[in-house]
Amino acid sequence: MVDAIKRPGWYRAILGAIAFGAFGFGLVIALRAISGLPLYQTEQTGYPHVVVPAILAPLGFLAGFGCFDYWLRWAVGAPTIPDDHSQHGAKSWKDYFRFNTDHKVIGIQYVCTTFFFFFVGGLMAMLIRAELAQPGTQIVDAATYNSLFSTHAVLMIFVFVIPVFAGLANYVLPLMIGAPDMAFPRLNALSFWMLPLAGLLFIGSFLCPGGAFDAGWTGYAPLSTGAPLGQSFFNLGVQFAGASSIATALNFLVTIITMRAPGMTFWRMPLLVWANLSTSLLVVAATPFIAGVQFMVLFDRILHTNFFDFAAGGDVISYQHIFWFYSHPAVYIMMLPGFGIISEVISTHARKPIFGYRLMALALIGIVVLSYSVWAHHMFVAGMFSWLRVPMMITTLLIAVPTGIKIFSWLGTLYFGKIHTYSTAMLFALAFIVTFTIGGISGVMLGMVPIDIHVSDTYFIVAHIHFVLFGGSVFTIFAGVYHWFPKMTGRMYDEKLGRIHFWGTLIGTWGTFLPMHWIGMDGMPRRVADYAEQFGNWNLLISCFAFMLGAIQLVFLYNMIVSWKYGPRADANPWRANSIEWQVSSPPPIFNFDEIPRVVGGPYEYGIPGAKHAIMTSDGAEVPAAEPSVVGTG
Amino acid sequence: MPAAPMYGRLPIVKMLLTTIALTVVISAVMVSIDWNGQEASTAAPKIDDLLNVMIVLSSFVFSLVMVMLFYALYKFRAKPGDESDGEPIHGNTRLEIAWTLIPTIIVLFGAGYSWKVLNEIEKPNKDHVTVDVFSQQYAWSFAFPGKGYVWKEGELHVPVDRQIQFKMHAQDVIHSFWVPEWRIKKDNVPGITTTAIVTPDRVGTYQLVCTELCGFGHATMRAKVVVEPEAKWKKWVQGLTEKTPQPLMESVVHDAQSNPTALGAGGA
Repeated sequence: MVDAIKRPGWYRAILGAIAFGAFGFGLVIALRAISGLPLYQTEQTGYPHVVVPAILAPLGFLAGFGCFDYWLRWAVGAPTIPDDHSQHGAKSWKDYFRFNTDHKVIGIQYVCTTFFFFFVGGLMAMLIRAELAQPGTQIVDAATYNSLFSTHAVLMIFVFVIPVFAGLANYVLPLMIGAPDMAFPRLNALSFWMLPLAGLLFIGSFLCPGGAFDAGWTGYAPLSTGAPLGQSFFNLGVQFAGASSIATALNFLVTIITMRAPGMTFWRMPLLVWANLSTSLLVVAATPFIAGVQFMVLFDRILHTNFFDFAAGGDVISYQHIFWFYSHPAVYIMMLPGFGIISEVISTHARKPIFGYRLMALALIGIVVLSYSVWAHHMFVAGMFSWLRVPMMITTLLIAVPTGIKIFSWLGTLYFGKIHTYSTAMLFALAFIVTFTIGGISGVMLGMVPIDIHVSDTYFIVAHIHFVLFGGSVFTIFAGVYHWFPKMTGRMYDEKLGRIHFWGTLIGTWGTFLPMHWIGMDGMPRRVADYAEQFGNWNLLISCFAFMLGAIQLVFLYNMIVSWKYGPRADANPWRANSIEWQVSSPPPIFNFDEIPRVVGGPYEYGIPGAKHAIMTSDGAEVPAAEPSVVGTG
Repeated sequence: MPAAPMYGRLPIVKMLLTTIALTVVISAVMVSIDWNGQEASTAAPKIDDLLNVMIVLSSFVFSLVMVMLFYALYKFRAKPGDESDGEPIHGNTRLEIAWTLIPTIIVLFGAGYSWKVLNEIEKPNKDHVTVDVFSQQYAWSFAFPGKGYVWKEGELHVPVDRQIQFKMHAQDVIHSFWVPEWRIKKDNVPGITTTAIVTPDRVGTYQLVCTELCGFGHATMRAKVVVEPEAKWKKWVQGLTEKTPQPLMESVVHDAQSNPTALGAGGA
């Protein structure tokens, strides 16, 4: 028992969480006692004796779990324990519940964890649609309803869409660039383990007096600064999700820039690598803004710093500027990796080189640059300085240009190809083009100030965001999961179930989100538990499609679980793709490559006789000695 | 690399004609639908016209994508058992320039048109009626500074065919002022005065809807809006006896001091 507590792992982690939490609780109580204050501050926004332990307990968990062991030993001058790689790879499902620095294990940990939150968030969506099926209040009261849609959005954004891309890329990106692992494997593991903690903080807020946070995922001040305790859990959860995201982005940047196999120039990188490079540039520079602004709200709540308290000279609108300075780039953080996935899937299944590869890569960079200059289009009616609206409108509309380049280039890729549609991944990729075009068109309309003045904060917005986030991002996520499922699990999934899932999801998405455009323009505001009678029939229809969309996801879940266990063994390269991850076995060897591959051409050279992307084993040619950097210094 | 003969092998004319036909059909259906509902202000037809123009342009873009996609799926589908690759076409510079430039021109046209509409609908008129709007969880109230700050809760009357300038003062959290038939929306922000300009041009009864999440009562935060002939409106205002309560008056004074640019160009 004592031994179990000394070793990093679950016992020590739980003990660490309790110890750190208790320390935080004791510290608050002691300081208040010394200051002669009442021991417990239970005003609406206070609860320091809950907030401080909620910061420290997750840190205690991470410390106990072993996330900091190597660094701490090094920092205090104790002998470090070099990683002997004995726990690389996963032999049973239990291995996924351990601190593991193997990028392939971490990738699967990421994808499974984020899909867990996808299903929790999806259940909340079902409750929301049940309440909205009829006008009036039936299932939940208005306050609970506000908590439900806020938590739904936060789970989907912060612990599903953003990190699931990090998870997929974690698995395939090092393989794609011919690297044995990520640059900083220990940092990689820490990034992952912060994620479930963020999700637990979000969900745990339901236990708070006053219920879960209910100011929307946008958490606008001063509604959020005056909200009950649950809001603090949102502020804190964003810190852990954000730190996880930033650390992973740094890891991707260093990995992509320094660990490409010999011969892989920037112009030979697969577009998924370009996409993650662009995304990471966004995350590294933008995410600190949301972390900062959520701390400002937290400080307003428990330290009365008055950043956003108008009565004390605070500035209410500045919250929105800082929030959207992150959260607009964030929509590209949620989309660019998906663009990368679509490029891989379409090129492979159309047996064609990507049309206009360089312009595709430059379009990604163009989106990165432009996306920092459009944030105030979320604030056209917010009462900010009026002159700011026109330049922000122009940049917003211009960002449709690089996005359009990508759509047309995918279409161009299909021409004179040999299009195979047997794979569910390809079906999702093709459907993505259609659905995302609709989302892009409504986005351009929203960018126009006069139209936005009318439809801002209505169901038109709900329709737009779900067309680009569900019909866009989530379709690409499904495409990516189906595409790399054989590589990640070594098994094939069931294409018949995949097709059922695909058609159900496509019809469900359009049926649910298309009519929302109309009811929004016709006068239904968003974020309401109740609405005017005239929208009753439309909402009933929307709810029916939404239930269908929810139910069909269970087919996906069943397919994934059963195929992972019982599916037929996958070949190394079932899709006959060119990129490097398909040239190793499925699943790949524990250290990815016996020898670092040598890249000799572009990644999409389909149809050119004898063209190769990479040479996998040394065939007498001189291969520069690869430094196995699995241990890393992270 | 067989890049040049590419166009020659595609029925470009047929594809373009199909795109145009599809554009016409989609636009005709979409424009004929009354998306935004009744128009009851001078801004409404301008915004709806902009929307219709954008619907036509969007229909073209959507049709183009659909025709390109479905022709490719029809024509270039692999035969069962065909394991060969497609043609190694890497791109076409002219085509790539075209699909960069044409969308740029379309969106810049949209931006210019929007800018023009924005200036028109927000043009201040010297001969206007000022109404103070107060919002608090979960009620609206209104004061008429021209008439000695008489005050009315939950019901707003305004004259038809006169420009109204609304000065908005939120008392607690952010609310948002929206009358769908006017197409005008503006947040009410605590600590500052925001302004919206509307010229109602249709007599009738409408609903003022709060569109910024403001707490559990958000969905029910509504008020009745009556647009009536000026003489009738004057009578209604004269019938009001209640003065604006002191705390609300304070927010009028305080907000004006803390926000000297409240009436900036374009109506803030």
